[in-house]
Amino acid sequence: MKNKLLARTARLGGLSSALLLAGCELDVLDPKGPVGEGVKTLITTSVIAMLIVVVPTIILTLWFAWQYRQSNTSAEYLPKWSHSNKIEVVIWGVPSLIILFLAVITYQTCHSLDPYKPLEAEANTKPLHVQVVAQDWKWLFIYPEQGIATVNQLAMPVNTPVDFDITSDSVMNSFFIPRLGSMIYAMAGMQTQLHLLASEPGDYMGESANYSGRGFSDMHFHALAMSNDEFNAWVEKVRASSEQLDSQTYPKLAAPSEANPVEYFAHVEPGMFNTIVAKYNNGMVMDKSTGKMIQVQQSAMSDMNMKE
Amino acid sequence: MLGRLSLSAIPLDVPILVGTFIGVLIVGVAVLGLITYYGKWGYLWKEWFTSVDHKRLAVMYIVLALVALARGFADAIMMRTQLALAYAGNPGYLPPHHYDQIFSAHGTIMIFFLAMAFMTGLFNFIVPLQIGARDVAYPFLNNLSFWMTAVAFMLVNISLFIGEFSQCGWLAYPPLSEMQFSPGVGVDYYIWAIQISGVGTLLTGVNFFVTIVKMRAPGMTWLKMPVFTWTAFCSSILIMATFPVLTVAVALLGLDRYFGMHFFTNDGGGNQMLYLNLIWAWGHPEVYILVLPAFGVFSEVVPAFSGKPLFGYKTMVYATCSIMVLSFLVWVHHFFTMGAGPDVNAFFGIATMIISIPTGVKLFNWLFTMYKGRIQYHACMYWAVGFMVVFTIGGMTGVMMAIPGSDFVLHNSLFLIAHFHNVIIGGVYFGYVCGMNFWAPKVLGFKMNEAWGIRAFWFWLVGFFFAFMPLYVLGFEGMTRRMNHYDNPAWHPWMLIAEVGAVLILFGVVCQLMQIFVSIRDCNKPENRDFTGDPWNGRTLEWSTSSPPPVYNYAIVPHVSSLDAYMHDKENGIDTRQAGGQYEAIHMPKNTAAGISAGAFALIFGFAAVWYIWWLAAIGLVGVIATIIARSANKDIDYYIPAEEVARIENEHTRKLMAQAAE
Repeated sequence: MKNKLLARTARLGGLSSALLLAGCELDVLDPKGPVGEGVKTLITTSVIAMLIVVVPTIILTLWFAWQYRQSNTSAEYLPKWSHSNKIEVVIWGVPSLIILFLAVITYQTCHSLDPYKPLEAEANTKPLHVQVVAQDWKWLFIYPEQGIATVNQLAMPVNTPVDFDITSDSVMNSFFIPRLGSMIYAMAGMQTQLHLLASEPGDYMGESANYSGRGFSDMHFHALAMSNDEFNAWVEKVRASSEQLDSQTYPKLAAPSEANPVEYFAHVEPGMFNTIVAKYNNGMVMDKSTGKMIQVQQSAMSDMNMKE
Repeated sequence: MLGRLSLSAIPLDVPILVGTFIGVLIVGVAVLGLITYYGKWGYLWKEWFTSVDHKRLAVMYIVLALVALARGFADAIMMRTQLALAYAGNPGYLPPHHYDQIFSAHGTIMIFFLAMAFMTGLFNFIVPLQIGARDVAYPFLNNLSFWMTAVAFMLVNISLFIGEFSQCGWLAYPPLSEMQFSPGVGVDYYIWAIQISGVGTLLTGVNFFVTIVKMRAPGMTWLKMPVFTWTAFCSSILIMATFPVLTVAVALLGLDRYFGMHFFTNDGGGNQMLYLNLIWAWGHPEVYILVLPAFGVFSEVVPAFSGKPLFGYKTMVYATCSIMVLSFLVWVHHFFTMGAGPDVNAFFGIATMIISIPTGVKLFNWLFTMYKGRIQYHACMYWAVGFMVVFTIGGMTGVMMAIPGSDFVLHNSLFLIAHFHNVIIGGVYFGYVCGMNFWAPKVLGFKMNEAWGIRAFWFWLVGFFFAFMPLYVLGFEGMTRRMNHYDNPAWHPWMLIAEVGAVLILFGVVCQLMQIFVSIRDCNKPENRDFTGDPWNGRTLEWSTSSPPPVYNYAIVPHVSSLDAYMHDKENGIDTRQAGGQYEAIHMPKNTAAGISAGAFALIFGFAAVWYIWWLAAIGLVGVIATIIARSANKDIDYYIPAEEVARIENEHTRKLMAQAAE
């Protein structure tokens, strides 16, 4: 019942905002996945709720400002009037009710749109697992199940949930694909999680949403959503690359570079992501499934050129 | 001998900086030359620089704020111009190294040296007068606070020409601001500027807290206190509670940088999120430190020009106090995207939204103050009505971002930039300028020019919409902040509109400077002079004394029996001044050079610490401490104004008032 109402008001809001901004492409309000859809509904619902107060306030301000101007001597003048219980009740009450409504949907959406919550998939669809490493100033994507890695290009099959594990091998960045929805920080020595899904094929802009220094402005990537077959073909294309990513080649990749081109790595050393996280944590990394700290192999560590 | 400092630190290879330097040099030499030519050095030193009079310090604070506005705005328009140009392969005219310094300096200067200085200026002028006090509780500390703020601003500007400024944004998030990623002197300039000005601000907070608690005129109970004083009081509490947090956070960053510690580094057990929590535990209350006094200004201006008392005074006080308390409970909304759990995010999101209730109530209170009033459209009222419209929009976008789900796509986008400029320009800046126009006759003895004031308002208002509404759209288009070039064709038209807005605001700034110039030029025109001390039919005590007030403010301390004390006295035929009463000798603090001396040594210390010139840093630090010790040991710090002198000044004013009344 409530959800229906929510969806209906959201549609109305979507329509009016579409009219307002006809002609420009609003990535965030024209999402290509369920997470983005959820956020869009939330934004439009909350804006409509707030407009209940905002519009009358602005109209009353302008109306009173005009009506009670000094030159309008026909308007009533009450030089002593400064209190009214009725008005007090309304000005505390109405905003409180709206905030109460917003608080309820805030609580609900904090859970329903929690970036850490896995997305529901259709039957027989296995989520794709991608490990994301923010580097100076590029994005490394590791596909542990496929054993490949790419730089500044992320491919995924449509209608397949993608589970991202995110870290940084440098300063803080924020992993963001506006068309798909939520962002999450990438921080060295820490793993954050994000779950997204693309419901339409396309080439979506991906970027860092947290300033990270000199090369930040070019820290973009392409997020390619494609059919299953295309995705498999893409994986084969990456596997055809002559490059490998292991503890010897990694330092060269991790060195600062600006406007880095797309790169493919046919093979990536297993455990690379954990090693990158662990090198800031005395060799420890948190195991996602158990929440316990585990030791990463020392040999991999020593080669990885600790950044100090 | 000179630490890291060498000739190569002077950016002779950057034409913009060389040009700026020559410009600053010419203007500087001209100003110093004029002061010397007219022989005003002694006057400036005796009457201003060493003054402990809160009214003089107020003027110096506001002058400092206006200089900071010029610098901060120059940064702003350079950024907008860069982004209007740097599109589709064009790198623009500012390379990242320069652009990144500009946005960092813009934020730092606008918050710490425009907004904070302007606010402190208004506190200084109005609070003691409004509560019927003769000065603040600690007049010397007040002077010291000013010089600490002023030298910190100088330090930021020195970085323009010697070395570089921080390239880490106005809050210098680690690990980017750590030695590993920012080995230059920029972050060190930032650290010492923040620390030195932080001393000044903290002392200001203490000073006004004590002043308001201890020095109110007899009869002024808490709920008879004017709303501006209430907001200054709440701001002062917030300053005392949160500026130490800023000092500690930045000091820990300094320990990381100077001594290789690991508070916020990537490795060695450091944690960047610790810094984010600390800095926002200060940073969010800071927003309310700035905006509450602006609310206070509107609470004085709207009643004065509507010819009515403020609607719902008590509600206003409760709303102010609840905002003060709630402002401590919301800091996590600045980083919902760090990956905290849904319950943590929901708590901080809802706490943030709750603040919008008392804030909304305030807006309605001003609205119902205008209701059934007789509104006179002085320039102040333009700023007030403009504020009510603009701030309402800013409030709404703020609540949008307070919902974690929405913030996950709007965080760090240009939507955020649009939102906080919406509330800081529309709320804080409009409020302070409104206050400046309102109280200028009290400060200066003459009214400010109306026509230029109104022109400035329209340019700022329209310019604001042009400059920031496109940024809301750009946020929805996924454009993040702090980019220095881009190639998305959809973004470019909006950036061009924003550039138009920046140019309109430039006209606004020019009109404001013109307003000040014309006001001073025409200050002796009879229609501008204020002999009564009460040009707007004011309601609070400050309007009962002469304009400008005598150094002691009140010859006989007024007795307060109701809210809007002066209006009450006027309506009941009571002479608030008690003219012709029994005057007594008045005890006053003496001027002192200790503030400017400590400030100068602090500047030397800051500069030397930035460049690792340790012997000079030692001199600076010892100098500050020695100045304070010398000042503390000095017993000759006060004097009495004889009763005859007080009587002479007061009778003179009475004569003027009677002449005015006879006309």
